Amino acid sequence: MNDLMQDPMILRQIIMDHYEYPRNHELTHDEAYMSRHMASDSCIDDIYVEAKIKDHVIEDIRFDGVACTIATASTSIMSELLKGKTIDEANKIIENYHAMIDGKEYDEDLLEEAVCMHTVGKQANRIKCATIGWKAIEEMIKESE
Amino acid sequence: MIDVQKIREDFPILKRKMQGHDLIYFDNAATTFKPQCVIDAVVRYYTELGANAHRGDYELSFQVDSEYEGCRKAVARFIGADEKEIVFTSGASASLNQIAYGYSRFLKQGDVILSCEAEHASSILPWMRVAEEKGCIIKYIELDEEGRLSIESLKDLLDEKVKVVALAHVTNVLGYEAPMKEICALAHQIGAVVVMDMAQSAPHMKVDVKDIDCDFAAFSAHKMCGPTGLGVMYGKYELLSKMDPYMLGGGSNARFDMCGNLLLKEAPYKYETGTPPIEAVIGFHAALNYLSQIGMDEIQAYEKELHDYAIEKLSKLENILLYNPHADASIITFNVKDVFAQDAATFFNSQGVAVRAGHHCAKLLTKKLETSATLRASCTFYNTKEEVDRFVEVCSQATIENCLGVFF
Repeated sequence: MNDLMQDPMILRQIIMDHYEYPRNHELTHDEAYMSRHMASDSCIDDIYVEAKIKDHVIEDIRFDGVACTIATASTSIMSELLKGKTIDEANKIIENYHAMIDGKEYDEDLLEEAVCMHTVGKQANRIKCATIGWKAIEEMIKESE
Repeated sequence: MIDVQKIREDFPILKRKMQGHDLIYFDNAATTFKPQCVIDAVVRYYTELGANAHRGDYELSFQVDSEYEGCRKAVARFIGADEKEIVFTSGASASLNQIAYGYSRFLKQGDVILSCEAEHASSILPWMRVAEEKGCIIKYIELDEEGRLSIESLKDLLDEKVKVVALAHVTNVLGYEAPMKEICALAHQIGAVVVMDMAQSAPHMKVDVKDIDCDFAAFSAHKMCGPTGLGVMYGKYELLSKMDPYMLGGGSNARFDMCGNLLLKEAPYKYETGTPPIEAVIGFHAALNYLSQIGMDEIQAYEKELHDYAIEKLSKLENILLYNPHADASIITFNVKDVFAQDAATFFNSQGVAVRAGHHCAKLLTKKLETSATLRASCTFYNTKEEVDRFVEVCSQATIENCLGVFF
């Protein structure tokens, strides 16, 4: 990992930035979008994620809801990272993201800002927050196939 | 007067660390730790007794029976009931479900069930299902500005259509005690029964169900230093006799044949189908003895002192929002300004402090608390002022930066 991305200060700033100014943070309620309500039972995050997937390409991702910093930031980062990617590209990124969260080897270049979540497992009960939005897009990718 | 240092010696788990810090356990409204005497009683069942209950043809089994029934007597004494009015269940939730199921046969379309906006899911959801199946109407007693139930709002809704009043004795989010004796008197005037959820009152104060005159009550053993998986359903005997159990099977029937004839045992036994958690019942007896030895009045007085001390200190912190500073129980519902409850809870964890983040049903949160999620710190008699001091210190450090810092 390059030095910049190991600096806790920088990583914290990335999380704060996405928490305070979440990207793609408005639902369309458009019928061309799939939608998932993610309300995990162990955490109090309660979010809606929408995705528009056409011809194996994720054209758009949106989300909204009430959630903690980790859930908000991780979902916001995911929405930026996967927007415009093909299903194959997206699946590869998702796979690497989970590897990182689980403490396994992963390709940091694929994950870009999402590497800010690489130590989330230090607080084990928050892994769900870091993956809640990612689970939503995974489900919708499966549904699209 | 409580000797808290001596009491702490009785709880082996209080010696453990969390995240490298001395553990401060402030989630006692969720469950309490167990003193050694309770742990020993549970182990003694498995090492010395071992047999099933209610099968008594040999010495072991007879001993199990007398210990099992001994606990029933102890529970009855603890809440001022008769022993045949005490049913063992798997917990307060099971008790409340059994009460709703059992009493629903006396309800008809258009009957009203009264509850309030601050009820726990286990108190209200069973009645929601009854209402759906029977065509009953659930009405919610309005709470005052503080979130407290007012007798005036109750009176506004009480008419001859009301058949059930289901309320928490002490609410689990805001910690207010409802004037149950007055409520029961009013409800009985119009012929309604009162179901009292004692989950948050039984562990912290002396409760006399005969004095209050509620018709049903429910509580859990694990919230009062007893084992998990065990609860109590109290019902006036006449009501227990005429209701049906929601579970049938071994242990609760007296006779049955293949022609479809079934004769149930008398209450309370007809409600206790299948092998109960015998070790939990025996452990619960030890827990009740333990609490009685300390004294419920002493416990309540000490917890109030601790609560007042915490509120006084917390109200001086500018970054802490208190939602129920005047709670009757030792439940503090709060938030750290500008920090989402879950993020703050993780910071507390990193400092060895166990508090709970939770969200609340839509009505309660939007109308009274004006927030979607809160933190809850709940103390009990083994907590100390020194722990409160440390908790307050952690509260003062709970900035968003520090809350994120725990991940790096």
